[in-house]
Amino acid sequence: MKLRSVAAAVLLLVAPASALDGQPGMHDPSTVIQADGKFYVYATGNGLPAFVSDDGWTWQRAGSVMQAVPGGRPGPEVIARGGNNSWAPDIVRAGDRYFLYYSAPGAQPKSAIGLLIGKTLDPGSPDYKWEDGGPIVWSDGVEDSNAIDPGVLRDPTNGTLWLTYGSYFGYIRLVELDPKTGKRLHPEVKPANIAINSEASIMIFHDGWYYLLVTHGSCCAGGNSSYNIRMGRSKKVTGPFVDNMGVEMIRGGGKLFAGSSGRHIGPGHFGLIDLGDGVQKFSCHYESDLDRGGASVLDIRPLLWRDGWPVAGDNVTAGTYEIQSARTGTALEMAVEGVPVGGARGRSGRGAAGVPGGRGDSAGAPAVTSIPAQEAAQVSGSWPTGRVGVRMAPYMVQAQQKWTITPAADAGGYPGSPFFKITIAGTDRALAATEDAELVVLPAFTGGPEQLWRIDQLADGTYRVMPKAVPNSRDPLALSAVGSSSPTLSKFRPESDRQRWSIVAP
Amino acid sequence: MKTVHYAWLALLGAAAILTGAVSPGSAGQQPAKSRVRAASRPAPASGADAPDRTGFIQRWLILEPIPVAPQLTDSAVQAVVNKQYFPNQFTALPHDRDTVSVADQSLTWHAVDTSDYNVNLFHFASALNKPTSNVLFWAVTVVVAPRDMPNLRLAIGSNAASVWWLNGEEVIGLYNDRQTVIDDGVSKRVTLKKGPNVIRAAIVNAGGATDFCARFLDADDNAVQGIEVKLDANPYNP
Repeated sequence: MKLRSVAAAVLLLVAPASALDGQPGMHDPSTVIQADGKFYVYATGNGLPAFVSDDGWTWQRAGSVMQAVPGGRPGPEVIARGGNNSWAPDIVRAGDRYFLYYSAPGAQPKSAIGLLIGKTLDPGSPDYKWEDGGPIVWSDGVEDSNAIDPGVLRDPTNGTLWLTYGSYFGYIRLVELDPKTGKRLHPEVKPANIAINSEASIMIFHDGWYYLLVTHGSCCAGGNSSYNIRMGRSKKVTGPFVDNMGVEMIRGGGKLFAGSSGRHIGPGHFGLIDLGDGVQKFSCHYESDLDRGGASVLDIRPLLWRDGWPVAGDNVTAGTYEIQSARTGTALEMAVEGVPVGGARGRSGRGAAGVPGGRGDSAGAPAVTSIPAQEAAQVSGSWPTGRVGVRMAPYMVQAQQKWTITPAADAGGYPGSPFFKITIAGTDRALAATEDAELVVLPAFTGGPEQLWRIDQLADGTYRVMPKAVPNSRDPLALSAVGSSSPTLSKFRPESDRQRWSIVAP
Repeated sequence: MKTVHYAWLALLGAAAILTGAVSPGSAGQQPAKSRVRAASRPAPASGADAPDRTGFIQRWLILEPIPVAPQLTDSAVQAVVNKQYFPNQFTALPHDRDTVSVADQSLTWHAVDTSDYNVNLFHFASALNKPTSNVLFWAVTVVVAPRDMPNLRLAIGSNAASVWWLNGEEVIGLYNDRQTVIDDGVSKRVTLKKGPNVIRAAIVNAGGATDFCARFLDADDNAVQGIEVKLDANPYNP
């Protein structure tokens, strides 16, 4: 146990988990939306800062939304109901248009949420402009509501559109929107109160349940922010939303979804990213990223599901691991003849066979010598120097079964992570895809796309492992346990364990 | 640890009688027929046999075991299976009751059917009063494809180590002491050419139970159907 703790500490020291690359500095991000092969996100700030990414890993600032709004600021009715600010937006696709909801607070809790309508998210497009859709909801500064922090749900069961909003000063509220106009469907109906004393609310739907995610705690104080994401669920979109202990969110309940951890303090403003094939991620911002001077930054992390509740997963970090098939429990290994750790020993742990107390003689006290971990340098003398095959075998902590996963510099990435190289620990021998969609270990990593790996955590906590590219193939393929001892690359099938892998610290 | 359960041997003798398994060379017997384990299938014939509903090949020619050293590491098994034991070892297409000489021993090929997904080599050898431990078994079969069938995989399991060839090319090997698991070892993508295709296997057992299974998987990892097993189909002279 002590050794394991030390190993974990070493991993942490050498493998800080960066929250995205490029210019991820932002606060109160919207849902990350995909359009025309790119990822977009909008945030609090002058004119509503926009950010774009080609791959979901490296982000760049892309001007401000208000630059494309007539007048360059919220519409006059929005300002009248709230104020001339632009904070904490959310965005949803509506047919061939986008509805962008944003916070326009005045002297809080006098606030409004405005609507902007656009045809494209690409600032380079001649069609790029945002039209004022007016105020959607507001708070008068007296009532128990602060109409900021919009969150939009399109109900996948019936296509209806819903808006939750609010920030302390009372309740989180819910109104139904018109999917055609983006405005309130029943403005005469009083907004429903569904939670209290929180902000950054948004709903998601999963397996018959509506989940309301909100942010508790304090923001905007850097590393002294206690922001954390909490949740409840309901069978009806209108609630009541109840946490895992049976406490209604309208009475302050909320099961923890994500709190501070590692180098990141104060997660808030949940957003769902559904990448298809059962791969879901979520976006949030941290109030303070200790690896970026304590700045507030965007992050994208895996979204897992356990016992009917979403769970915040963690992106893979650099380290040395066993890569274990969920299908068979066998471990990926370079196909070389293994050597028992510590050499051949009997159950007494002592010496060779045929001598008293030696191999095969279990009598007496066991040996007390600690056998060190097997390093590649100890056993690699007999390994072929060229390309070596890849197979699976029972994990026996041997050198050819331990893989070092390392972010590849300047190689791009995918939502939440950079591409990785995967090498035999202690060597530069690199896992690669072959032209016939099989696997090989190359003598050295040279940076080719067939040697770069995407590792997405799946809903059950296992991982999908995919090469950035397979030579001569345009299809995305995933590492697959086609047999107990035989890996290959094949199309990812979410329903199968073939392409699910556990990445386990050795 | 693998252990031969000697109680089985007595049962096996009874089973051999009950199932009609016969030792080769017995005077007055019907022509060559050996059955593996179960009697629910007819003896191997010259006709075609379809794989079972899960695609497993159930008709094989098996050579009586060759004594070898009980080592199952990659290099030891490769050395054992690549040693020359009899002429045309990697190309011969034997017939039932053919014999070969190995180290002054005359060993016989037996056509066998199994009613299970696997072929039980322990029963096969025991019924012939041959050793089951520290031995090498050679097995051959011929699969007839109705058309060229690309992007298939030969999927095998074996107890213990084994090496497999398809049409003369080594396509998969399993090493170390192991039990037979369906689809344990799976070849890279291969093509069954239209007509006869020869599968050849060498199974090395150190001690205890020994068996193997084999089938083809398609591009979606489903069992391949529509092929036939025909021991007398000669790929060299179709």
